[in-house]
Amino acid sequence: MGAQLRVYRSKIKSAQTTKKITRAMELISASRIQKAQQRVAASAPYSKAITRAVSAVATFSNVDHPLTSEREKLDTAAIVIFTSDRGLAGAFSSSILKEAEQLAELLRSEGKKVEYFLVGRKAVAYFGFRKRSSLKIWTGGTDQPTFETAKEIGDAVVEAYNLDDQEGGVDEIHLVYNRFVSMVTQVPEVVRLLPLEIVEGDVPEVAAVSGSGSNEVYPLYEFEPDAATVLDALLPIYVESRIYNAMLQSAAAEHAARQKAMKSASDNADNLIRDYTRLANNARQSEITQQISEIVGGADALASAK
Amino acid sequence: MAAPLTVSIVSADQQIWAGEATMVVAKTVEGEIGILAGHEPLLAILAAGEVRVNAAGGERLVARADDGFLSVENNVVTIVARDAELVK
Repeated sequence: MGAQLRVYRSKIKSAQTTKKITRAMELISASRIQKAQQRVAASAPYSKAITRAVSAVATFSNVDHPLTSEREKLDTAAIVIFTSDRGLAGAFSSSILKEAEQLAELLRSEGKKVEYFLVGRKAVAYFGFRKRSSLKIWTGGTDQPTFETAKEIGDAVVEAYNLDDQEGGVDEIHLVYNRFVSMVTQVPEVVRLLPLEIVEGDVPEVAAVSGSGSNEVYPLYEFEPDAATVLDALLPIYVESRIYNAMLQSAAAEHAARQKAMKSASDNADNLIRDYTRLANNARQSEITQQISEIVGGADALASAK
Repeated sequence: MAAPLTVSIVSADQQIWAGEATMVVAKTVEGEIGILAGHEPLLAILAAGEVRVNAAGGERLVARADDGFLSVENNVVTIVARDAELVK
């Protein structure tokens, strides 16, 4: 076998092996998108109920809660970045990091110091490589987020928010995550989490499920024990549910992005295999042609030598 | 009698139960509260404990709910808890 032919054959082999892997990942992601979407839908009643309750309390009481009131001096802002744990998902993590960088740039231009909370190994690696610090990191399980993690993140950001400036507290908290729009589209989303702006319907799929307009009139609630306590208990829960929602969206978006990336990888492998097969056929044929002409030439030479 | 209550019990990751009921008994931070049809709008913080629902079909079910709240309006009762599960 000619050297050229051997090279082509090994390239075809390698492309075939890669294709097996990417095809498997594509199928796995495709099946997981379904599950992730179901989880987003399943958590909708909870976030809907909480958003509704918080809006109701906020409408009927003039309670000034530290989590809802804007501070006079905004010195520090924190960004919570939701990336994935694993790569091979196209621009999923890099587009989020880019978005976060832009937001940080904007905040810095407003004279604020920027701190980071990182979710997912990709963000941690990005910051580690650039030797930048972050307040807190969470890794593992970005493709199947649990409410416990959301609660931990919620507790951490609320705690950081409640600290004084001197102790390293932050005055603003932003979330940056991928929102799942459809199987082919994931949109990087930037939301200010704290201080809270409570708008019913600001969680898009919740609004879609409830089907109610945002200017619905709430009945006159009675609060037990009283409005301030109720708000006190509700707001951290609301923050958690927003974070949980962001994590679920991000997980669904991650699977969708990976499925898309792996699909195009498999298609590319197909193309490579086709091209190399043709080149290999060519090489084989020209080898045969050469051998024939050598034999014919040799026979001719022998015949004319007689 | 007024229309029965529409009850839903919701936890962080899913809806646990939804249906019609005649009465809901829950434990709030201030004590047990029973809700019948026609109750005034209410938002209450739940204490850890059981929520009992007398479903419209006559069956009774008990759910455990931690860390949540209860809202009542227009005969719609929503029990929202981070951790909730049906006991029976």
